[in-house]
Amino acid sequence: MRVLVAVKFVPDLQSQRSFTDGLVTRVAEDGSMNELDENAVEAALQLVEAQGDGEVYALTVGGPDAVAAVRKALQLGATYAIHVNDGAIAGSDVFGTAAVLAAAIRKVNAEAPLDLVITGMAALDGLTSMLPTALAVELGWSQLTFASKLEVAAGEATIVRHLPDAYETVAAPLPAVVSVTDEANKPRYPNFKLIMAARTKPVTVWTLADIGVDPASVGAAASRTTVIDASPRPPRADRTIVTDTGEAGTALADFLIGRGLA
Amino acid sequence: MIAAVLVEHRDGVVAQPSLEALTLARSVGVPVAVWLGASPSAEAVALLGQYGATDVRVVDAELRVVAHAADALRAASDDAELVLVVSTFVNKEIVTRMALATGAGVVVDAAGAERIDGHIETTQTVFAATWNVRTRINTERAIVAIRPNTTTAKVADERTAPTVTTLAVALPTAREAIVDIARVAPPEGIPLAEAPVVVSGGRGTGGDYTLVRDLADLLGGAVGASRDATDEGWISHEHMVGQTGTTVTPALYVACGISGAVHHRGGMQASGTIVAVNMDPDAPIFDIADFGVVGSLFDVLPQAIERIKAHRAAS
Ligand SMILES: Cc1cc2nc3c(=O)[nH]c(=O)nc-3n(C[C@H](O)[C@H](O)[C@H](O)COP(=O)(O)OP(=O)(O)OC[C@H]3O[C@@H](n4cnc5c(N)ncnc54)[C@H](O)[C@@H]3O)c2cc1C
Ligand SMILES: Nc1ncnc2c1ncn2[C@@H]1O[C@H](COP(=O)(O)O)[C@@H](O)[C@H]1O
Repeated sequence: MRVLVAVKFVPDLQSQRSFTDGLVTRVAEDGSMNELDENAVEAALQLVEAQGDGEVYALTVGGPDAVAAVRKALQLGATYAIHVNDGAIAGSDVFGTAAVLAAAIRKVNAEAPLDLVITGMAALDGLTSMLPTALAVELGWSQLTFASKLEVAAGEATIVRHLPDAYETVAAPLPAVVSVTDEANKPRYPNFKLIMAARTKPVTVWTLADIGVDPASVGAAASRTTVIDASPRPPRADRTIVTDTGEAGTALADFLIGRGLA
Repeated sequence: MIAAVLVEHRDGVVAQPSLEALTLARSVGVPVAVWLGASPSAEAVALLGQYGATDVRVVDAELRVVAHAADALRAASDDAELVLVVSTFVNKEIVTRMALATGAGVVVDAAGAERIDGHIETTQTVFAATWNVRTRINTERAIVAIRPNTTTAKVADERTAPTVTTLAVALPTAREAIVDIARVAPPEGIPLAEAPVVVSGGRGTGGDYTLVRDLADLLGGAVGASRDATDEGWISHEHMVGQTGTTVTPALYVACGISGAVHHRGGMQASGTIVAVNMDPDAPIFDIADFGVVGSLFDVLPQAIERIKAHRAAS
């Protein structure tokens, strides 16, 4: 079983996140692998472990700091790490990113066919959840998204996805792009041995030229959308915090009544 | 300019966010409604007309496969410069496919859209709703997935009797097959994502949702929950608010016994008014609360409920 996991470098959820010139500011100190991508790595490791043999590739597209995302995947147990890093990628929209990821995946696939690409259900920076679908279309592979359960057997992947109106069971032939939710599994913690090994494991770095992508087709200039303004939301004005000494329920009700909310 | 709206409906009943989307579509162009699934009833068509739809375009098919729904929506919105959908997980997938087929630019989770200098511009919040962002869609065709509760639905000044057209769309063979559908019972009352008021309970409820539910009922709202509460099995998964649950933007959000972890805040921080009841004065939920009570929900909620009832009885 050969599985590739797409992992994204995102600003730390707890840190002060910001924009510079319409783009998300990304620096290594306060960024890491997207938390939900741990579930994607875990799903890949479990499939390979169940089969008894195979490889897990971790792939990220992003600036120099994004290497932290694939390093994290190595610590968790991924076999190989690939980082597509090229100045021309900066400012890409989801379609540009998907095109770059797809080109890198085709290059890996050409060495020996992959069975699956697994992604997280969303990157917690923008939460768009668009990339997995875009990637499936780019590759012409099956799209099995939002999986809270994944099984692979006899050249076919089957997932369960939990939608507001139904639990759907969806099956499709391999190769497939699968996105997993945080219900799919419980990610492992890296052990000391893997952390040490990950320090010295090589990370393959590719430029756009290495994967045959025209720089003009990606990046800010090719993006279908442009962030034209970004500002932190002002803190809420007139905040009131009361400590209950027996009347706070009434005070709460009066607050709601005063605002016309009750 | 035609602004097509993909209508959300369950068992043939039009969902409120679609009326909001039609209202928004009217401010940008000529609204056209797209209906995927078994043909709409006369009542549904009349309602869409009240909100300004001039046309209702129907693709009469069961379209659970994303690739099929994307092709159907594309065929029914061929002449539209703007396609508006409600920002749901499935709709994001549908519009992603459609955008790849048409070259359209997409913004999802938008809180608003307008047309400026011939381009669609949207507003949305990012980073767990801590930043406001304005985005311009550079392409001629634009697709916007709009969050519920961000536009106030208003009937149109001029009501139309929409023309209903049924389109036959040749659907591609999809690689995916839906092999089982286990229906989830529809929510009692208002769906979480659409509710104007959400009262949520977390670990602090200890599993007893009676007070949370009573307050939600009194305020005409829906019941929400934290991840810890759904993990405990105290309440079903559909109630979970947060980044991996449902994102809500009600006029009023009441958090009871919820600490306010970043994952939770990301799904409710853009709400209008936020009220929190928590025993721990250092709970992060207080950082984003307009009104907070440091105290036990078991003391505070019954008193608040009494007071509201008394106020209503008196007025
Ligand atoms: C990848 C990932 C995704 C996640 N996604 C989500 C998500 O979408 N939504 C979500 O909610 N969580 C999510 N979580 C979990 C999140 O990090 C928190 O663990 C969770 O929100 C905590 O739930 P809680 O506030 O109910 O519990 P706690 O953090 O335990 O807080 C309980 C609070 O109740 C208070 N309390 C106790 N008794 C009372 C009382 N009698 N009266 C009043 N207050 C009382 C306590 O002071 C405490 O502050 C996610 C986690 C991960 C790792
Ligand atoms: N730049 C990237 N590099 C690698 N994987 C990515 C990248 N962007 C998104 N992904 C993957 O796509 C998933 C969904 O991201 P998104 O659609 O941006 O919410 C993430 O959980 C990642 O697995």
